[in-house]
Amino acid sequence: MIPLSGDIPNSKGEIKEANEMTSISRGTSTLKRGFAHMLKNGVVMDVTTVEQALIAEEAGAVSVMVLDKLPSDVRKAGGVARTASIRIIQEIMDNVTIPVMAKCRIGHVYEANVLAETNVDMIDESEVLTPADEYHHIWKWDYTTPFVNGARSLGEALRRVEEGAAMIRTKGEPGTGNVAEAITHIKKVNDELRAIKSIYDSGDKQDLVKMARELKVSYSLVEETAKIGRLPVVNFAAGGIATPADAAYLMSLGCDGIFVGSGIFKAEDAKERARAVVLATTFWEEPDKVKEAQKMIDERQSILGLDVKDLELKMQERGGSA
Amino acid sequence: MTLNIGVLAIQGDVTENFLSVMASLNELGIDAAVSQVKTAEQISKLDGLIIPGGESTMIGQMSLVNGALKTIKEKIESGMPVFGICAGMILLSKNSKDRVVGDVEQPLLDLLDVKIERNSFGRQKDSFEAEISIEPIGISSFNGVFIRAPSVSEVGKDVQILAKFEEKIVSVKQGNIIATAFHPELTRDISLHKSFVQMVKDSKP
Repeated sequence: MIPLSGDIPNSKGEIKEANEMTSISRGTSTLKRGFAHMLKNGVVMDVTTVEQALIAEEAGAVSVMVLDKLPSDVRKAGGVARTASIRIIQEIMDNVTIPVMAKCRIGHVYEANVLAETNVDMIDESEVLTPADEYHHIWKWDYTTPFVNGARSLGEALRRVEEGAAMIRTKGEPGTGNVAEAITHIKKVNDELRAIKSIYDSGDKQDLVKMARELKVSYSLVEETAKIGRLPVVNFAAGGIATPADAAYLMSLGCDGIFVGSGIFKAEDAKERARAVVLATTFWEEPDKVKEAQKMIDERQSILGLDVKDLELKMQERGGSA
Repeated sequence: MTLNIGVLAIQGDVTENFLSVMASLNELGIDAAVSQVKTAEQISKLDGLIIPGGESTMIGQMSLVNGALKTIKEKIESGMPVFGICAGMILLSKNSKDRVVGDVEQPLLDLLDVKIERNSFGRQKDSFEAEISIEPIGISSFNGVFIRAPSVSEVGKDVQILAKFEEKIVSVKQGNIIATAFHPELTRDISLHKSFVQMVKDSKP
């Protein structure tokens, strides 16, 4: 079982309420990480309007992520990308039954506060938006609302978990329609997990301490991760996913689920494609079902895509060294 | 013949339920096979099924697509014990409504004679842990983990209420169907899973 605990004691995000009858806790690690567990094997879709959110829900998305612009448009527009309009987030929350997430800028504590106050179900501290703090991510233990963070490597992932992230996703390269970076990132994380697991199994504590220093995280978190041989929180794939086959491939690499950004609503056949990506994610182990899903889309209507080598802006590098 | 218990593996926290069943079998000393099931064929061979937590709309739609939903319904109607958790409870019900959005089109198994209020306790920030009592099946204290949980707003005459939290019904039983709004698989307490496994065993001659 993926550990659901890992609290830091008396964190601000954990709230206890008691009356003479009952006592209840909110914002515990079990509740925050548990929320992410309910999304497993599902697809979270980026949306910018109520109409898109309803299409996503009908297609079988497990959650929607509200943005002001889809990542590929963020890339085109340039300038500073910020959190979405609260009015639109609220409107979407009022119209769909599935959980609603929204993005805040890396390190932007008050955008996160605003989203928490709006009552979104999860906050994505995201490199798609322009980072507000080059040196610090948000200290996520302060929030009752769970967070998801992007990562390109095991060190980055564990640093985010140590800050209180309840869920991790690969960074990929957002808004490109190019899945290559997401594949690279999940393979790198898997390789690094295998490496620390084998050190743990060999019983060489000194080497594990050395790994903790290299990964720039606490020894206890490295030890816990090495012991279970996977990230201690739910881990999704994200960044550049455009087709059912993209989604199925990432599931086969051990991802717990999929985020699709521009891939769906930047395609000409959004409705069909949304459904097809969900089908391929659900039935990724069955080649005929993935083929059926792939058949539902028309490649001529896919997002054109960008070669990562030609990019001036690499969103994945944002917040990476912190 | 060995018992065959399955966890519906379309979406949600499947692994946790799988492990909770394994631990239950171990403690009870019952010999049974546990599997994660997706297809109608796999489901047709089961003696007991857990429908786990996740997104009920998604699990319903996808199990409709591959024909699993129909087989699940037939199996339960023919007496197979089933344990529905959160989304699973919603799927088993005859009627479901969202607290904010109201009526929603979603595939339901239409077996458990209750009305469900989805997202009954609010959004994720309102999710909570609290001690509850499931006295009718001999569990006096249980840590209820409620994540965007539904509740039961009305029950039919054949439905037994197993647990309430602050006046809201959060666990029910109707013949071979047992359902909870909270997530026992996210705790280390396997007493509810044990009681379900026992129910499966007792259903077999």
